[in-house]
Amino acid sequence: MKRRVVITGMGVIAPCGIGVPAFWESVREGKSGIKTITILDPAPYPTRFGGEISDFNPLNFFEKVEARRLDRFAQFALVACREAVTGSRIDGGVPKDRIGVVFGSGMGGFSTIEEQHKRLLENGPRRVNPFLIPMMIVNIAAGEIAIRHGFKGPNTSMVSACTTGNHCIGFGLRTIQCGDADAMIVGASEAGITHISLAGFSIMRALSTRNDAPQEASRPFDKGRDGFVLSEGAGALVLEEFETARRRGAPILAEIIGYAANSDAHHITAPCPDGDGARSVMRLALADAGLKPTDIDYINAHGTSTQLNDKAETAALKDVFGEHARQVRISSTKSVHGHLLGAGAAVEAVAAVMAMREGVVPPTINYTNPDPDCDLNYTPNVKAAHPITHAISNAFGFGGHNATVVFKKYF
Amino acid sequence: MTHDEILQRVRAIVLDRLDVKKDKITETASFLDDLGADSLELTELVLAVEEEFNLKIPDDQIEKLTTVGRVVLFVESCLASSHNS
Repeated sequence: MKRRVVITGMGVIAPCGIGVPAFWESVREGKSGIKTITILDPAPYPTRFGGEISDFNPLNFFEKVEARRLDRFAQFALVACREAVTGSRIDGGVPKDRIGVVFGSGMGGFSTIEEQHKRLLENGPRRVNPFLIPMMIVNIAAGEIAIRHGFKGPNTSMVSACTTGNHCIGFGLRTIQCGDADAMIVGASEAGITHISLAGFSIMRALSTRNDAPQEASRPFDKGRDGFVLSEGAGALVLEEFETARRRGAPILAEIIGYAANSDAHHITAPCPDGDGARSVMRLALADAGLKPTDIDYINAHGTSTQLNDKAETAALKDVFGEHARQVRISSTKSVHGHLLGAGAAVEAVAAVMAMREGVVPPTINYTNPDPDCDLNYTPNVKAAHPITHAISNAFGFGGHNATVVFKKYF
Repeated sequence: MTHDEILQRVRAIVLDRLDVKKDKITETASFLDDLGADSLELTELVLAVEEEFNLKIPDDQIEKLTTVGRVVLFVESCLASSHNS
């Protein structure tokens, strides 16, 4: 029999709040964190807004020398992890060689690469920062977390675009279930508001260009949706084997009872038009959890606010849930915090757990014009009180990656 | 530039890049043993000294620059020879 896995700590840094309480309040109340970009001059780009964490000052969290040697994405990872680890009281509670880390990112240290590439071209190879490589590699967040906390268990990173967060959660879950570790720090981080990233996503027409109303730009499932909103931040969870957590009196926030991952094997960026990959992955995750579709009370949708995703995800939800698709509560919290790319599913896991704990479904804001292709109950604009025993969180990414996690309320 | 001016500028570079107290950065302080620098930090210091004083430290000299004082002496000799030429 598989070992049970529970969540004993959570941390988040997002455009709508630093720390779980601030983040959750914004998500629950539908207070958008989207704003005009200020960390770089967005003037040359067709999209000039995003989910920027404008109030983040690294010196509130790190010494000066330390901050300079960490890319923004690693800083976010460490900030989210510190909150999750502190809350779980795992440091000292579980042997360090039984605690591992799976922490990913879609892109890693893009801003470091851009700065140092500029130095290379302007000043030559002897002027690049000796810390360039360890600052930019995607796995450095996982490495830094282990170094700072002394966690000597299995340590790695996942890189799968916007599915990264769920893959990290799933890998951590399996690592504990099979006995390779008793606890895993899992999550993902992204600092993707950079020149090359803005240029790249813009030229492929993936981003909303609603520059005159940034807070209304992320509108999943709404007929007027015109692309996703590029955001930054990180989410972290402490996963722990149930008996270990119970014995040490850890704060148990929720249980993770199912996970599945698959691939569309279809196209580099477009989902299967009929939602085939998404449909299969949700069915596999429900089977892994031993649940029927009607057992699910809340779905934290991938819901990116792109034409293709929201339509395909809706088609998949209808297939998987049948009649129950109209009863189950659905929302895309990306409407509030935007799309954190690799970190998206990690912060959405925090939102799903808080929704379960409080019995409140966070809204999909900016939902004003129904789309005939997206005709389910997405909890438009205002939160809804709703008891939640089981919730799922979807993530789909460029490359055709799909992953779904199933959460259960801990009573 | 006097010896003392060079020393103050080298100390500022070290203070800015290593996590150490200012009074530890004496002329005899060893980067590796006394100031806790690792090899990457040492490279970073060398590059910073090159930029600060607009000079190039040959690779075969770098390993000899083990203390703050040796860096100061090296900079002094470079500046002196550039003035002479």
